[in-house]
This record gives sequence, C-alpha cells and structure tokens, in this order.
Amino acid sequence: MTHATPETLEAEARAQLDALLARAEPLKAKDRLKIPPQPMPSQPAAVRRGNIEEVALGFGPAQARLEALRCWQCKNAPCIEGCPVRIDIPGFVRAIAENRLEEAIAILKRNTILPAICGRVCPQETQCQEKCTVGKALKDVNAAVAIGRLERYAADWEREQGCAAPPAVKPETGKKVAVIGSGPASITVAADVRREGHAVTMFEAFHKPGGVLLYGIPEFRLPKRIVELEIATLRAMGVEIRTNFVVGRTRTLRQLLDEDGYDAVFIGAGAGLPKFMNIPGENLVGVFSANEYLTRANLMRAYDKARAHTPIYPSRKVAVLGGGNVAMDAARMALRIGAEEVHLVYRRTEVEMPARVEEVAHAKEEGVEFHLLQNAKRILGDEYGRVKAIECVRYELGEPDESGRRRPVEVKGSEFVMDVDTVIVAIGNEPNPLIRQTTEGLQTSRWGTILADEATGQTSLERVYAGGDIVLGAATVILAMGEGRRAAAAINAMLATR
Amino acid sequence: MHRIVQKRQLSDEVFLLRVEAPLIAAARRPGQFVIVQADSEFGERIPLTIADADPAAGTITLIFQVVGHTTHRLAALPEGGAIENVLGPLGRPTHIEKVGTVVCVGGGIGVAPLHPIAQGMKLAGNRVVIVIGARNAKLVILEDEMRAIADELIVCTDDGSRGRKALVTAPLKELCERSPKPDLAVAIGPPIMMKFCAETTRPYGVPTVVSLNTIMVDGTGMCGGCRVTVGGQTRFVCVDGPEFDGHQVDFDNLMQRLRTYKPREDELHERCHLELGIARLEGRRP
Ligand SMILES: Cc1cc2nc3c(=O)[nH]c(=O)nc-3n(C[C@H](O)[C@H](O)[C@H](O)COP(=O)(O)OP(=O)(O)OC[C@H]3O[C@@H](n4cnc5c(N)ncnc54)[C@H](O)[C@@H]3O)c2cc1C
Ligand code: FES
Repeated sequence: MTHATPETLEAEARAQLDALLARAEPLKAKDRLKIPPQPMPSQPAAVRRGNIEEVALGFGPAQARLEALRCWQCKNAPCIEGCPVRIDIPGFVRAIAENRLEEAIAILKRNTILPAICGRVCPQETQCQEKCTVGKALKDVNAAVAIGRLERYAADWEREQGCAAPPAVKPETGKKVAVIGSGPASITVAADVRREGHAVTMFEAFHKPGGVLLYGIPEFRLPKRIVELEIATLRAMGVEIRTNFVVGRTRTLRQLLDEDGYDAVFIGAGAGLPKFMNIPGENLVGVFSANEYLTRANLMRAYDKARAHTPIYPSRKVAVLGGGNVAMDAARMALRIGAEEVHLVYRRTEVEMPARVEEVAHAKEEGVEFHLLQNAKRILGDEYGRVKAIECVRYELGEPDESGRRRPVEVKGSEFVMDVDTVIVAIGNEPNPLIRQTTEGLQTSRWGTILADEATGQTSLERVYAGGDIVLGAATVILAMGEGRRAAAAINAMLATR
Repeated sequence: MHRIVQKRQLSDEVFLLRVEAPLIAAARRPGQFVIVQADSEFGERIPLTIADADPAAGTITLIFQVVGHTTHRLAALPEGGAIENVLGPLGRPTHIEKVGTVVCVGGGIGVAPLHPIAQGMKLAGNRVVIVIGARNAKLVILEDEMRAIADELIVCTDDGSRGRKALVTAPLKELCERSPKPDLAVAIGPPIMMKFCAETTRPYGVPTVVSLNTIMVDGTGMCGGCRVTVGGQTRFVCVDGPEFDGHQVDFDNLMQRLRTYKPREDELHERCHLELGIARLEGRRP
C-alpha cells in the first residue's frame, strides 16, 4: 500500500469538494454514495513504529466536509440508536458538511463531554457506524460515514481554536460530593455535579488523574495532552483533585460519608485488576500483565529512556496473549520500546477479536504477527528463571456458545514451542476488590462488580452511587461516560431534596 | 507535597526521613507501607515500609538504605525539602496477638519495619526476643530502640565488629532449640536472609512470618508486578501481603524477579552518581 501524505489527501479532497459545491442542483443519495470514503491521514507504519506520537493525524477541513457530505441525513437516523449516549449524529455531521463547526461541537456536547477522546477510542464499527445506512448501502461497515473521525475533527477544531471555555458553574450550594477514581466515568460525574454548584473532590490512587485514559491507552492512540486538558477544565470549574489517595486505605468510604462530611459518593474505580492465565511459568522473569507493561510505558513514561527512571524490560521477541484493545496496545507499545518481533496469540479468529478494527489494522501494518486459533499452555524458563519460550496449542472453532461466538476447542496433540523472551498477558481485567472489602453493606455480583441501578447508578448503600467499569466489568469509555451522566443526574436530584 | 520535617543519617547507607502525611499517619498500622515518588514527571514509584508514625504531629517515619537511583534521590533531599508523592498506607497490617514468645529477626534495613511490629507484639503481652543482624557495626540501626522493647536482645554482625560474629540464623536456631520453643518468628530483611530464617525454623515447626519487598508500580493491585508464589499460588504482595507464611514462599522465584531490571538499574545508578557527584558506588568500596 502506498502511503499518501496528509497534504495529498487534503488536496484531493479539496478538488472534489469544490466540484460538488459548484453544482447547482442539490446532492442526491446516489451522488453522496459516489463520494469516496476519506482515508484517515496517518504516520507511515515504518516511521511510527519508532516513535510514540499519535498514529492517526486527523482529517483536514476539506476531507472532513467531504466525508460529512456522504451522510444521507436519514430521517429515522439508525446511527443514533447505535450510540450509547444517543448523540444527534445527523445533526452534527450536517453542521460539519455546512462548515458550521461551532454548531457541530455544541450538538456533540449536548450528549458527550469527551468528544476528542471518544472520537478516537470508541468502537464505532459496532456502535453508530454499524447501523449507518450508507455503510449498509455499500454492503461494507468500513464504508459507513466515518462518524468517529468527524467527532474527533470537530473536537480537535474546538481545542485548536482555544475556544473551549469551561462550563458555567451555578452558585455554591454548600453540598459536597466525593468522586472516587478519575477515569471517564468520574470525570463526567465531577463535571455534571460541579455544574450544579456542589463542591466536588476527586480522589485518585495514582499520582496523576485520568484513569485508563492516562495509564492504559497509549500516547500513540490518545495523546495525553488531550486528557490533561479535560482535567484542567475540571480544575477550572473548581473541582478539587486529590491524587495519591486510595479510598479504602487512606480513608474508607464510610469515613468520607460519616466523618468528612460528603453528602454523596460516586465510585468510579474502574476494573483495574489484571487476570492471569494460571498456566505454569507465569511468574517467570519476563512475564508481565498488560497493565504493568502499559503503566510503565505510559504513566511512568518508560518509553523516554533518557529521562524516565522507571525501567521497562528490554525485549527482543515478545508474545502478547489476547485479542482486545489492551492486547493491541501492549503489542504495539512493545514494538515502540524496541522489540524486534511481536507475536499476538489469540484463541479465536480475527472476526471474534474485541479490539477496534482500526487498531487491528494498525497493528498488522506495523508488523505485529497474528497467531490466530492458538493459545499458550505454559511458559518455559532458563536457569535464571527468565522466559525463553512459550508452548502453544492450536484450536479450531466448534459450536457457538451462549454469547453466539463459536467456541474454540483445543486440537489434541498440536502443541508447539515458540522462542520468546517476554510474555505480556492481556486477557482482561476485573474490578479491584479493595472498596468492596472495606465497605460494609456494599453489594456486589459474583464477578466482583458493584451492583447499581441502571437508571441512577444507586448502589445498595444510601447516598453511594457507582458507574463505569466497576459496575460493567471492563467495558468502554463511552459506556463509562454514559453511566457517569446518569449517576450525576441522580446525585443532583438527590441533593436538591436534601 | 510532603514536607520532610526531620532527616537523620543512621549509618553509612541508611537514612531516616520524617515526612508530613497526616492522613497516612492516622490510618497506618504496623506492617503497612507507602509508595514514594520523588517527582511526578519522570520519577520511579518505590515501596517503603512505614517505620513509625505520629498521628498527633501528622508525620510518618521512613527508613531506607541507599541502594539505587531513587533512594539516592531521596537521600539527597534536605530537611525542609519535600517528596512529591506519598501514597498509603498500603498492604495488610500485621496480625498482632498474644501467642507467648515471639522471636523478631531483623537483617540490615529490615530492622526498621520490624520495629513497629516488635513494639506491637510486646504491647499485646508477648515475650519478645529480638535478633538484629548487619554486615558490620556501622550498619546496625535502631539498637537502642529495640533494646527498649526486647525481653532479650541479640546483636550479630558478619564481621564481628559488633555483638556476635554470626549470621542471624545461628541465634535463631539456638532459640528454636530452647524449651519451650518460640511460638512465632517474624523475620524481615534481605530475601536471602528470610529464606534461610524460614529454613532454620521449618524443622522445629515454628510458624514464621516474613515481610516481602518486591518490585512495585501502583501498590494497589492493578499491575501484578509484585506477584510472588506462595504455596503454589500467585499472590500480590501489595494487597495480599506484604506478610506471608515464610515456609510457603518461593524465595528463589522472588529473588529472580527482584533482578528483572538489574542491568537498567545499574545503568541508572551509575548515571545518578555522576549527576549527584557521588564518587563511589555502594558495595564497591575500596
Ligand atoms: C489498555 C486499554 C485500552 C483500552 N482501549 C479502549 C478503547 O480503545 N476504547 C474504549 O472505549 N475503551 C477502551 N478501554 C476501556 C476503557 O478505558 C475503560 O472502559 C474506561 O476507562 C473505564 O472508565 P472508568 O471511569 O470506569 O474507570 P478507569 O478509567 O478504569 O479509572 C478508574 C480510576 O480509579 C482509580 N482507583 C481505583 N480504585 C481506587 C480507590 N480505591 N481509590 C482511589 N482511586 C481508585 C484508578 O487508579 C483509576 O485511575 C481500554 C482499556 C485499557 C486498559
Ligand atoms: S504493585 Fe502493582 S499489583 Fe502490586
């Protein structure tokens, strides 16, 4: 594949856009179908493997308008059905097409407070874009209107204008809300509750706020300055942020309510506990959870070897176990840290991979080798207890399971050994038990997630709400944000009557 | 920001910092630790045991040995200076109860975390025998403080420059041979010392608690970097520990894991010597 520069893509789009705008008669559906889907300008694979900068560079203005013109503006707007927070998608897309960017961003912000982030990391192909009529007409979900990229375009435009004023805050009510964690669920609650004039304190265990957006999702997918800007907005609104504060240890949730005078608590503690495979050799030197690997690289900045004090393992051949976003991020980060070969080992096929399609495509372009229908059985070590190889076994797809996915079954006797020096386990995360263990009466499911009312986020305890991954299990940014929205509304309503 | 209200050099390589951290001082119990980071941008997060706390003054006491990059940076901070990030208290507190006779064995810097535990054991009504070990007299710390608690105190050094010339396992063995034998042993120090303490008490069936210090990142259970094998099971030291049954711990795996980043750490260590203008490297003295 040849690599077109952003300038070429923009120039081509400009010419097509000018031709369309020069037409006298309005665009019909079939004219719109003829507009080619706009490719995302990106760093060439060979270059980006060696740096930490963002891979996708964002549409230019003509590309964005041209892409937006592909939208049919369907009356029934099936895309809105596909959006977990029901953004008025045809509305904001049309505003971009008509070059009214201020309006586009205003429409987005009615339903999401993190468009620059969600535009980058949402799994659009299973949400809004899956439902898109244009994609259906072209019989290819990847040819749907690029709603996520347009969302990002509008949000980036606003940030670059420097016109993102912090939301207005109503007069102080004298009431106080504690928000535990600082991921997307908590950021949303903090903003929405603060807006009503309540004092908000955010408690984060790490030394920097942002949750997974900061420590998990890498810079090359989500630049940290974008997350920092959201945090700066919270601060500008008067939200107090206390880092290095682990609820359950520094103070308990009960102490916040009973002794420290908080009127309500929101738990947005995420799903931070890494799962391991429970196979022999998993504690050898050179085996890491993706959480550890990515935290060292992202939060602790270990990729910056000249300045960071936190070390990261000097790998040559890496095996990453898993097929989700976390696995893709770990694999691509390992390349950037300097690994010569990265092998991704996944039990099912590419169709079942939960990762965003764009990340799978990027990983392949960058040279990550996919080993599908295979699974690790044990990890082998040398005399110093360091990883030297991994034993895998092949799988084939059997009958569909409860989730409708065909269940992979082991092919007997198909074991083989692959030489690697590093194994990164990325098979999922579960909720951290700390808050559950230190809060009497807080009801949880048998998976350790906190039980909360779907409409309000209310937990089994009075004045205690929860949302995001701690309730859903490892899920997505947009779902965490949506839960935060609903919980904030319920907290505001509760405080109004208190 | 956590102000350093007091700084003392306890021995050649060992420093004491009393640091403002009111919430941690109020919440902490013996056996717990904190994660410390000298600077938010590029600093490393390292675990340090809380040696003591003063809830009224809102301070905690950290005692550490200068072994690498981050501990050098901490040791270079002046009284009145500040540590950017201190998180805690972390880990499960020591289970303290009256069992009868408790032998507390501390090796090197391990004497610091042992101190509050010995204190707790004494307050709970136990007879407390304390064994302190160090490479040489200069590295013996908290001897007076321990003497004030102990029913019996044994000091030993590798070179005999203070107390007995012995490894801590020698007096520990003798204590196990006494009748009645101790009801509990608590050993804190370098992994190799804890391993041999556990081997010493094993034949006598004396339950032995060890406190593990592993590589950590978050200290809250989200990375698994601190994992150890205990009785064939994987456990996270930061949330399941730091104390475990010494007879069940796979010390060889623990020691291998501690060396994960050795080459990189040595490189950083050298660099920081150059930056801080410290001539010699520890352990390589003339
Ligand atoms: C590597 C990786 C890649 C991902 N990629 C995508 C993607 O492309 N698209 C997508 O939609 N989703 C992705 N996700 C999932 C997404 O990031 C999460 O669903 C989302 O961040 C959950 O938000 P949250 O607010 O519930 O919690 P988190 O973002 O998990 O934040 C929770 C915060 O709470 C803090 N905390 C926990 N316990 C305590 C306590 N006791 N006291 C104080 N603080 C505490 C934690 O330190 C953390 O900072 C990814 C996740 C990972 C790990
Ligand atoms: S230090 Fe990360 S899980 Fe223990």
